[in-house]
Amino acid sequence: MYVAVKGGEAAIEAAHAWLAHERRGDPALPELTPEQIAGQLSLAVDRVMSEGSCHDRELAALAIRQARGDLIEAAFLLRAYRNTLPRFLAAEPLDTGAMRIRRRISATYKDLPGGQVLGPTFDYTHRLIDTAPRPAPAPPEREADGAAVPRVSAILAQEGLMAGEAPDPGGPVPDLTREPLPFPAPRALRLQALARGDEGFLLGLGYSTQRGYGNAHPFVGEIRVGDCAVAVTPPELGFEIEIGDVLVTECQMVNQFAGSATTPPQFTRGYGLAMGQAERKAMAMSLVDRALMARDLGEEVTAPAQDQEFVLLHSDNVEATGFVEHLKLPHHVDFQSELEKLRSIRARWEAERAAGDPARREAAE
Amino acid sequence: MTDALPMRPATRDAAYNFAYLDEATKRALRRTILKAVAIPGHQIPFGAREMPLPYGWGTGGIQVTAAILGPRDVLKVIDQGADDTTNAVSIRRFFNRVAGVATTTDTRAATIIQTRHRIPETPLREGQVLVYQVPMPEPLFRLEPRLAETRRIHALADYGLMQVKLYEDIAAQGEVGSSYNHPVMVGGRYLMSPSPIPGFDNPKMHRMPALQLFGAGREKKIYAVPPWTEVRSLDFEDHPFRPVRAPHACSLCGSTGSYLDEIVTDDRGGRMFVCSDTDYCERRR
Amino acid sequence: MILRAGNLSLAFGAVRALDGVSLDLWPGEVLAVVGESGSGKSTLLRVLAGQMRPDAGRVLYADATGAEREIGALTEAELRRLWRSEWGFVQQNPRDGLRMGVSAGGNVGERLMAAGCRHYGTIREEAAEWMRRVELDPARMDDSPRTFSGGMQQRLQIARTLVTRPRLVFMDEPTGGLDVSVQAKLLDLIRGLVADLGLAVVLVTHDIAAARLLAHRIVVMRHGRVVEQGLTDRVLDDPRHEYTQLLVASVLAA
Repeated sequence: MYVAVKGGEAAIEAAHAWLAHERRGDPALPELTPEQIAGQLSLAVDRVMSEGSCHDRELAALAIRQARGDLIEAAFLLRAYRNTLPRFLAAEPLDTGAMRIRRRISATYKDLPGGQVLGPTFDYTHRLIDTAPRPAPAPPEREADGAAVPRVSAILAQEGLMAGEAPDPGGPVPDLTREPLPFPAPRALRLQALARGDEGFLLGLGYSTQRGYGNAHPFVGEIRVGDCAVAVTPPELGFEIEIGDVLVTECQMVNQFAGSATTPPQFTRGYGLAMGQAERKAMAMSLVDRALMARDLGEEVTAPAQDQEFVLLHSDNVEATGFVEHLKLPHHVDFQSELEKLRSIRARWEAERAAGDPARREAAE
Repeated sequence: MTDALPMRPATRDAAYNFAYLDEATKRALRRTILKAVAIPGHQIPFGAREMPLPYGWGTGGIQVTAAILGPRDVLKVIDQGADDTTNAVSIRRFFNRVAGVATTTDTRAATIIQTRHRIPETPLREGQVLVYQVPMPEPLFRLEPRLAETRRIHALADYGLMQVKLYEDIAAQGEVGSSYNHPVMVGGRYLMSPSPIPGFDNPKMHRMPALQLFGAGREKKIYAVPPWTEVRSLDFEDHPFRPVRAPHACSLCGSTGSYLDEIVTDDRGGRMFVCSDTDYCERRR
Repeated sequence: MILRAGNLSLAFGAVRALDGVSLDLWPGEVLAVVGESGSGKSTLLRVLAGQMRPDAGRVLYADATGAEREIGALTEAELRRLWRSEWGFVQQNPRDGLRMGVSAGGNVGERLMAAGCRHYGTIREEAAEWMRRVELDPARMDDSPRTFSGGMQQRLQIARTLVTRPRLVFMDEPTGGLDVSVQAKLLDLIRGLVADLGLAVVLVTHDIAAARLLAHRIVVMRHGRVVEQGLTDRVLDDPRHEYTQLLVASVLAA
């Protein structure tokens, strides 16, 4: 006698206990601390904060540990958490021009005011796995001095060769996490979606624009990494107060624009901003941001990276992983319908073949 | 599982607001739901939140349920018709923890039934709410993936293309191709996805006494069918829509009118058929 | 009068695509708009059909109830309704006018379904009947138009357009991409159908021979202006404007 499968509840409990055991690893070894993760796997923490849309190094480190190092899972934990938080205020826009620079490079000028500052970078390292024991590295000889340096885009703008940004439409900035995304999407929402978008997805899209899918001719005008002050204006005070610093990476990608009847040929820029040090993300974001301007600039929309709906609706990895992974859920009811349907169509097909008329069916009923 | 009486769990987790979402978010959701009820079958965009369950696993339904749930409600959650499948258990536990409401497996005792892919066999009554989890709210998405364009098609009720798809199915294979998620016209105006319920369940939507709410979290849409609304499955006059079920009786309760799951009993082609609606089946045994 | 255009103007930057164009079309009348490429004739067609807004001037359409509608003032819903019912459009490239992923029968049936027909058998019968009328084998009803030749695709597009018996059809170089021998047969077919159904047609073509065969009246365009119009025989046999003379002479020479 068949007995329907039961015990979903017990199965879930057991699976989760097993998961906890696997996550902990060898109990003879000490458990990782969030401080270790935040300090030594800091780029993972940066990525989780960006894609989790929540700046909190300690929580992001906890999430990474809980997720066994699965960064999308960690970003998901952070997102679900941030939705339970009350919202007090919106910050003023970050002034990245006043950033205390740790790293700042431009590919478009050999030297420029403020200089090229390599900072802590993988660039020019030889990617040889270092198996030797690691002595504590010496602290940097000289920290970047922290003086504000002008943006490259401002240098080009002086000559009138850089397209100005569209004027601020005014009113409160729309919030992707509270409102549905309309199409065509305004740039503010596009940038929000890209900022929390999956690094790998944006990297692939940005790469495609360099390979002819979108006709980009990009130059890194500037990448800067450093600390920016976050300021808010509480209504009861009526003036701005600084509440702390965040480390961010900003990329301004310069691109040519052919001009139109009303606009002279000039440079345009794509913009990328990510929490922490995340150059790959910021660069990919700036390439895609520029590609998404195609519609506004009257360029022909031909490539995936230029297609707003395609890019913005598929860049969120928490949404994407949920929907891809939901295929694991039972679908036997739909599948049963599909089975019955296929059997019915197959029976019709067999009958027609037996009747010697395989090609035509008038489907008379 | 056989207990028909509502079960009241331990007190809810006080670390979270009642039903997880904060009150302002729930109010925004209720406004969206009201709008959806006012325009039957029309998809209303809303600012879906990340929930602690993944997108695609019922976050739309969970948000709708969270928005309408009150402390005196009795909640039933089913997946594939069954109360004890893992995802149904998981969602029920979630509301146990964050809302502390009574839960039940008895379709008749529930005030809110959240479902994935089925409509219960026991007819629903006035005052009950059926909340569907919806993966893809747009019935036209396979024909036209662009939301800007489908919105225009709905606005103009320009649904010829959908009918062409049905025509092509019949011309190619003698019958309509969709066995589940078969599109419906609501109130003679909006083309709507019934969510991936089997075609067998489509007729139950027509003039249902209960309120039907549909939540798509990842796609950020809510839509509704108010009680007693006309819901017609798309078809042709000479190829009427025909709900299909496996031509067997349930091996457990003997029902010949319920939707059946096919169970593989061995590796030699052995099969048996049992009700997908576990509550209905147990009550009949 | 079924269609009346008054003083249409439209500029693209410095180019005046339409410059004070006026014309009338009567029920059952075939009007050919001829000119070289760049003369503005295709732009005129799009403006008449409501696909483009003129900078100035207006287009009036007398609908089946006799009411006069200004095309520019219609909502998109009203315009689409006209498109589905009283109007038809035959594209130069049949791939633009057909759904290439849908069977031949589905292509013909789409307008019937859009008009509310929900009887599969009736749709099949009508589609078969219209395939016969355009000299296509109804046995190929379930085949993809991709398997059809260019001429057959064009005939299928015509069947798809005419199946709901529109009152007014716009045709944009309907024989444009075809071999000369195929063109002649197709023109003959169109002439027969237009006469049988009593259609009003605006035909845009650079092919004077096609205009002579199909049109009751001809409008000659150059640089966005109408340089001459009149009855077909009069314009072609006794062209008054020197540009028309040149146009007619070049056909005779070729």
